[in-house]
Amino acid sequence: MSQNSMRVMRAKDMRKTTFYQRLGAILGKTGVYAFLILVALIVLFPFYWMILSSLKSLYEYKLSKPTFWPQQVLLSNYTEAFTAANLGKLFLNTAYVGIVSTLLSLFITIITAFAFARLQFKGKELLFAALLGTMMIPGELFTITNYMTVSYLGWMNTFTALIVPFLVSVFYIYLLRQNFLQIPNELYLAAKVDGTSDWKYLWKVMVPLALPTLISITILKMMGAWNSYIWPRLVANDEAHRLVTNGLRDAFTDISGDTNYPVQMAAVALVSAPLFLVFVFLRKYIMAGVSRSGIKG
Amino acid sequence: MVESKQQWKAWLYLAPAIVLLLIFTVWPIINTIHMAFLENYNGLKAAGGATFNFGFANFQKVVSYRRFTQCMQNTMLLCVITVPISSILALLIAVALHSIKRFQKVLQTIFFLPYVTNSIAIGMVFAAMFNIVGSFLGMESEILVTPGIVNNIIEFFGGTKVNWINYGSTYTANLFVMAVYIIWNALPFKILILLGGLASINKQYYEAAKVDSTPHWRVLTRITVPLLSPMLAYVIITGFIAGFKEYTSIVGIFGESMGPANDAGRLNTMVGFIYDSLANNNQGRASAAALILFGVILVVTLINLWVSKKRVHY
Repeated sequence: MSQNSMRVMRAKDMRKTTFYQRLGAILGKTGVYAFLILVALIVLFPFYWMILSSLKSLYEYKLSKPTFWPQQVLLSNYTEAFTAANLGKLFLNTAYVGIVSTLLSLFITIITAFAFARLQFKGKELLFAALLGTMMIPGELFTITNYMTVSYLGWMNTFTALIVPFLVSVFYIYLLRQNFLQIPNELYLAAKVDGTSDWKYLWKVMVPLALPTLISITILKMMGAWNSYIWPRLVANDEAHRLVTNGLRDAFTDISGDTNYPVQMAAVALVSAPLFLVFVFLRKYIMAGVSRSGIKG
Repeated sequence: MVESKQQWKAWLYLAPAIVLLLIFTVWPIINTIHMAFLENYNGLKAAGGATFNFGFANFQKVVSYRRFTQCMQNTMLLCVITVPISSILALLIAVALHSIKRFQKVLQTIFFLPYVTNSIAIGMVFAAMFNIVGSFLGMESEILVTPGIVNNIIEFFGGTKVNWINYGSTYTANLFVMAVYIIWNALPFKILILLGGLASINKQYYEAAKVDSTPHWRVLTRITVPLLSPMLAYVIITGFIAGFKEYTSIVGIFGESMGPANDAGRLNTMVGFIYDSLANNNQGRASAAALILFGVILVVTLINLWVSKKRVHY
């Protein structure tokens, strides 16, 4: 065999492998997409089923052969759900608790983070380490005594009991302090030279610069109020102060009667709707906050 | 002079947080530990002026309760089932997402969606999907109306329907439903963290592997996983911590009875046990259970850290 034909064969071999490699790559890509789309469908299915069921009549919902598109769209389920679960009142209560606790919590977080990031005082490092240490302890340990404290203070069945015990979040203080520390020291010193007070500097310079972090905290805190269940059930589960998650669970816990599932799903969809809106418009901030935190609410 | 003024001002800034922390964080730690060691401490009796002996009786009692061991077993089983599965699944999804360009953003958004949900509300949706309306192979006075969409799908593929959560359902079926829901709920956070980790891996490793035409599987096990191991360790540790505090997802599916209609409390967890004790004014027992939970979480976290110290590649 001559040198030449050897070279030709080798070239053919090379082309062959690249062809197979390309085929493999295409098959691999298809497999990757097939896997991702399958998982995406599984992730989305409960949402689809929730909305679909909420639009069906009870008769259609109970058909032994399920329908995947409502034969007749029944929007009245939503109005029925709204009145059955008293959602208007629950929404208002939750919005009130969410807004007040978020505003107060933001204020406390900002001034505390500022003290830890910029001001000098004895025992700063030790105090900060002690704060971080409390993050390791599961919340249930606090709940037992806080439940007694709240009843001792006469806060049972008040909004105060829902708001005050959770105003300080060590995690948010930590998050904001890290953000404040990134703001260059020169800015602070320049402001000092100009005679700007600490207080003015904090609100005029630092807070605007840390806005993305503050937005993340706001969203997570509001979501926390919307999704909280255990504490509100313990301390304020009366008609006047009940929050949305408890109201939803209570309204449809009656197992003895014949549950109207479409109405139940409509109520679930209504409770989920604000969260979806937040997700659609503010996803960026949630993801940024979550990837640094790893906590829900 | 200026120094001391600074000091005084700093404490003024800190005052609101410190006061609140003293009342709602520091005091609870002291008081809860104290109550845990007061034998049979009961809030109502204490208010009536009763005194309690110091000792380990609360812990002994809690551990000897069959209800508590059941709660412990449920919590551990759910952890052991869901944490590995959701971590591996999240890893595969993150790697797959990272390897594509088209539709990456859309798919990433979809996978994050379950994070922004109310776990009670969506639990009710899962319950509806697994729920059998009417009776199931049971009393003759009732007729089966619909077996639920999950059973519909199983039957479509030629399987037989299962009583998942209704009256007379098995413990295994209940656990399966819970595991599916918990994994579904746990994925978004894990995917987000792992994707962040993947984005920070130096591309040169992959280019070197490409030159050597290393097979994909080997690239995953020899390059991606070791370089991602700090993130994986983080995801697994936080997964275990969250798993030991499982409670609301079970309320979402089973309601406050924490089990199928014929066996209430069957799926109760350690957190559920603490709240039940609290509701019965048994603060001593609740405190002891909370300390046990804290101990378990601490031990598991330390084991995780110890394992990851050996395995994690920094």
